[in-house]
Amino acid sequence: MVPVSYYLVVSVILFTLGALGVLIRRNALVVFMSIELMLNAANLAFVAFSRTFNSYDGQLFVFFVMTVAAAEVAVGLALIVAIFRSKHSIDVDQLSSLKG
Amino acid sequence: MSLNLMAILPEILVLLVGILVLVCDPFFKDENRRVGLGWLTAGGLTATLAISLLAGQPGQPASAWGGMVRYDWLSFAFKMFFIFAAAITALFFMDVDKLGRRAEAYVLLTASTIGMSLMASSSDLVMLYLAIETTSIPMYVLSGFMLDDQKSTESGFKYLLFGAMTSAVFLYGLSLVYGFAGSTSYEVVALKFTSLNIVSVGVLFLILVGLGFKVSLAPFHFWAPDTYEGAPSPVAGVLSTASKAAGFAVLIRLLLVGFPAMAEQWQLTLAIMAAITMTIGNLVALAQKNIKRLLAYSSIAHAGYALIGLVANNELGHLSVVFYLLAYILTNLAAFGIITAFGRIAGSDEIRAYDGMSRRSPYLALAMLIAFLSLAGMPPFGGFIAKALVFAAAVQAGWYWLVFVGIINSIVGVYYYLTTMKYVYLYRMEGENEESFPIPMSRPYVIALVVLCLGIIMVGSFFAPWFDLAGKAAMGL
Repeated sequence: MVPVSYYLVVSVILFTLGALGVLIRRNALVVFMSIELMLNAANLAFVAFSRTFNSYDGQLFVFFVMTVAAAEVAVGLALIVAIFRSKHSIDVDQLSSLKG
Repeated sequence: MSLNLMAILPEILVLLVGILVLVCDPFFKDENRRVGLGWLTAGGLTATLAISLLAGQPGQPASAWGGMVRYDWLSFAFKMFFIFAAAITALFFMDVDKLGRRAEAYVLLTASTIGMSLMASSSDLVMLYLAIETTSIPMYVLSGFMLDDQKSTESGFKYLLFGAMTSAVFLYGLSLVYGFAGSTSYEVVALKFTSLNIVSVGVLFLILVGLGFKVSLAPFHFWAPDTYEGAPSPVAGVLSTASKAAGFAVLIRLLLVGFPAMAEQWQLTLAIMAAITMTIGNLVALAQKNIKRLLAYSSIAHAGYALIGLVANNELGHLSVVFYLLAYILTNLAAFGIITAFGRIAGSDEIRAYDGMSRRSPYLALAMLIAFLSLAGMPPFGGFIAKALVFAAAVQAGWYWLVFVGIINSIVGVYYYLTTMKYVYLYRMEGENEESFPIPMSRPYVIALVVLCLGIIMVGSFFAPWFDLAGKAAMGL
């Protein structure tokens, strides 16, 4: 069996990549994908821990997280479409009518 | 009825109200729709409040649904606050264009209320995560509800982006908690997180990022002003009151039940965050020209004051947080309600648009005076007692520097609240013919504002019953 620390290393790498993507990329769709990456990093950690504890709590959690992520993306895409209609761009930096 | 059903009685009733609104929606003719939907939601939520108060009061603290939720006074008191706030907000929805006629808006509001109620009662990480998302996702939609208004979609999108990002960080924290405790229940977590090491500090940091976003603590407050400015005013009202109070309910329960052994660490972290939050909120509010942004920064500052009670971490401290949130919910709902009522007629949220408002509508101006004086912490209004209690708790626990920062900040706050009232009472409109621009008030607004203003005065002057309620909530963890 692969030790749990290996999974954790992968999960940390995934999480870091996701967080960097959110902070650096300017395309709203790519930002969303990066957020998914962060959620999946957490999912991987949950499943790995679940395996070591021989309990299903973690796997159960992962199912809920996937459902929530789908709902979040659905709302996010709807907003992106609405923004694209008025601005013809989904660049995050151009969302600047609210500031002060 | 069984304990399990009693524990989620308010949620079940709120869900029924939401379903009822959806079912009744097609039966309302177009011109009746606003009236029908709004009163149905507000009436249904008020009935929920009454039934829960009569039949659903908890006795001894108990766990329900296999340890998923707790059934105690802390969760019960917060549930009542949220349902009350939702009922009032439904009234404020009624006369907002494109919001008041849409059943979805009311249903999203009830869905979010269910999420907040579960946030206050959850005692398991799975439940907690689901409750937070059930609260947030409808709120993302409501902030971006005006699809043809660029500001509203932008506000919804910014809220969603910050929310999804911080909830992912929070979730990663939860996965590590599970990894080291081997269970998702708060009690087991408390048994495992007893010593201080790099993991427990890291976990605490990740969790505070997620919850700090929900209650808009600095440095996770950037979303708040943008979202409040762009979102429809009543939605901003819920975001700044009920949704924030739900975050505090989670903070109280998670930190006190799940991480009591690390109290020293989170007390110090929260103390520093509270000081920064109050200072940033109040100083930036001084420079605002838009009243919604001003209230956004003021609500950031208020999160800092409320946090002082949690930092004190004694009996009076826990009590004072609950009391503070009660007074704050009443006050800020009133403030945002007034902005909704005024902005609908004036078509602007700039502070200069409030010139001469007292001559246009003396009663609305009076309500605004009550709300703003309560925000500033003046007796005999709710905000005064709440601040006094929070500061007293911190003095009792020996956090003198934090109280000092808090008091200086309150003084800064008084300045910008009163400056706004100066426009309302002392300035004149251009042309000095205010009488020809009256502000007509519809019945739902009048009812909601009267209830809120009476509430603010009641909490501030007959404070014994509210004090007892907060005390019960704080004891019954």
